[in-house]
Amino acid sequence: MQERLLEVRNLKKYFSTKKGLLHAVDDVNFFINKGETLGLVGESGCGKSTTGRVVLRLLEATGGEIIFEDKDILQFSKDEMREMRKEMQIVFQDPFASLNPRMSVSEIIAEPLRVNKIYKDKIDMSKRVAELMDTVGLAERLVNTYPHELDGGRRQRIGIARALALKPKFIVQDEPVSALDVSIQAQILNLMDDLQKEFSLTYLFISHDLSVVKHVSDRIAVMYLGKIVELSDYKSMFKEPKHPYTQALLSAIPVPSIEVKRERIILEGDVPSPINPPEGCRFYGRCRYRQPICNEKTPELEDIGNDRFVACHFTNNLKEATV
Amino acid sequence: MSNVKTASQNPQSQVASNGTKKKRGPWREVWRRMKKNKAAMVGLLIILILILSAIFADVIAPYGYDEQSLVDRLQTPNSKHLLGTDNFGRDIFSRIIYGSRISLQVGFIAVGIAAILGGTLGAIAGYYGGKLDNVIMRCIDILLAIPGILLAIAIVATLGPGLRNVMIAVGIGSIPSYARIVRASVLSLRDQEFIEAARAVGANDFRIITKHIIPNSMAPIIVQATLGVANAILSAAGLSFLGLGIQPPTPEWGAMLSNARHYLRDYPHIATFPGLAIMITIFGLNLLGDGLRDALDPRLKS
Repeated sequence: MQERLLEVRNLKKYFSTKKGLLHAVDDVNFFINKGETLGLVGESGCGKSTTGRVVLRLLEATGGEIIFEDKDILQFSKDEMREMRKEMQIVFQDPFASLNPRMSVSEIIAEPLRVNKIYKDKIDMSKRVAELMDTVGLAERLVNTYPHELDGGRRQRIGIARALALKPKFIVQDEPVSALDVSIQAQILNLMDDLQKEFSLTYLFISHDLSVVKHVSDRIAVMYLGKIVELSDYKSMFKEPKHPYTQALLSAIPVPSIEVKRERIILEGDVPSPINPPEGCRFYGRCRYRQPICNEKTPELEDIGNDRFVACHFTNNLKEATV
Repeated sequence: MSNVKTASQNPQSQVASNGTKKKRGPWREVWRRMKKNKAAMVGLLIILILILSAIFADVIAPYGYDEQSLVDRLQTPNSKHLLGTDNFGRDIFSRIIYGSRISLQVGFIAVGIAAILGGTLGAIAGYYGGKLDNVIMRCIDILLAIPGILLAIAIVATLGPGLRNVMIAVGIGSIPSYARIVRASVLSLRDQEFIEAARAVGANDFRIITKHIIPNSMAPIIVQATLGVANAILSAAGLSFLGLGIQPPTPEWGAMLSNARHYLRDYPHIATFPGLAIMITIFGLNLLGDGLRDALDPRLKS
């Protein structure tokens, strides 16, 4: 068995809104092994970015445990957490919003070093910045440029360099390529892959793009309305999706061949509101296999063998609903 | 706005010999855009002339500001007295030059008081939010509910007239606008990803406010401050006109106007020139303020 770097248990994050409690992340469980990439997919607003931020304590969790290297970081004090941040970093989605427009490239990359007082000597620090820029493939001449002078791909490289500066073990990738052109997406994804191998990093890769997630992940967790509905290695998930929602998602991936004929599962209706969600399966209203029990009891994420987890009452015997 | 000269000022063209680009901050960019705006440059020129005349008033002014010569009283402009003399025979040109000292002093210090106090309150309210925000902003609302000039009159009436009290009164009167502007820009910045990124690398509140929030919220404050100086000068002149501000013989433009109103029918020039001085100053500051706003607004970035 591989060593676990991070384990999340019963993680909850509720936001109080005027209409009631918004269950952004509701009882989520998963773990990530050292050196692997866990993909976290789901549609907009399902709570995947919130999960990423709660794991880093950029947002305070409502409940649950986050075990990082055998320690529950939710119990950490502010100072302990500041120390912990050297181990866990984040790359943001929007490379235009995540860089301070008033700071130059070198200032942005040096910020983590400066904040944590890593180097006493300025020359050492600028050497490290140059090294980081080289690692992420930024030309040395760009040290003194400002973010607005660079394109999206380069900006995202700055963000990656900043995340790497403290030599973390774990990086949350919050949709790092969804704001980029497709050609640049590939470059950035390859860069991340190389970095993972070079520095033996562990990633939590958040995305709504299944093809990207398939490309980078060892295991994939599918999220729907604040809950993980299916979690398994990418091969078996793509070969044989178990949860009705995963099945519908995968059937929506275009296949670049005219010979392949397959069934498209069209989901009907809208995603229900995450505010004060009722008891029962969150997917109930849109599931074509739904049974009366689904509306009464919330299915738990269950181990179905081979490290696969599914949250459905009828995992292995789905029958068309007779409604 | 004229865009004729833009081609030669391409940002990419400034590359040093070793290929590394020279450091060019966003402020340089702002200055480049400002230079293209003729009105703003006229405003800047007026303000520069004003500042110079305030600094070198002793050299420029041909007479002292309180030099009376009753023989020469109530003269219209002539070669000896460029803008004529008032009812005490004092040279109006000299008094206007010396008056620029008072006006600039009032303008900048009052705005300084307002920007520092208002800005701090607004930043605290915006950054921490919640109850603190509510308490601070409701107090600001109370200040805002009283008309500025009325508030200033009330404060001066309590503290007594005089240059220092006028500055305090005008300063307090304009605290609300700074508090609101700073709070608004802090609110819009607080949830930006780069703030979150700074927090993710372990930066504390102090660093986040000083390094990330303040530099990014400077633009609206600078614009407001420039326009605020104009307002402060006008308020101070108003207070002096009412006799609550700077006391004679100190040459304050508003006080000069007030003094001249008895002679308005027969000697209109006594009132006209201080009035013009106020008008041109306000005009210059407004042009500069508008120009700065355009130059600092990223949406107009080409």
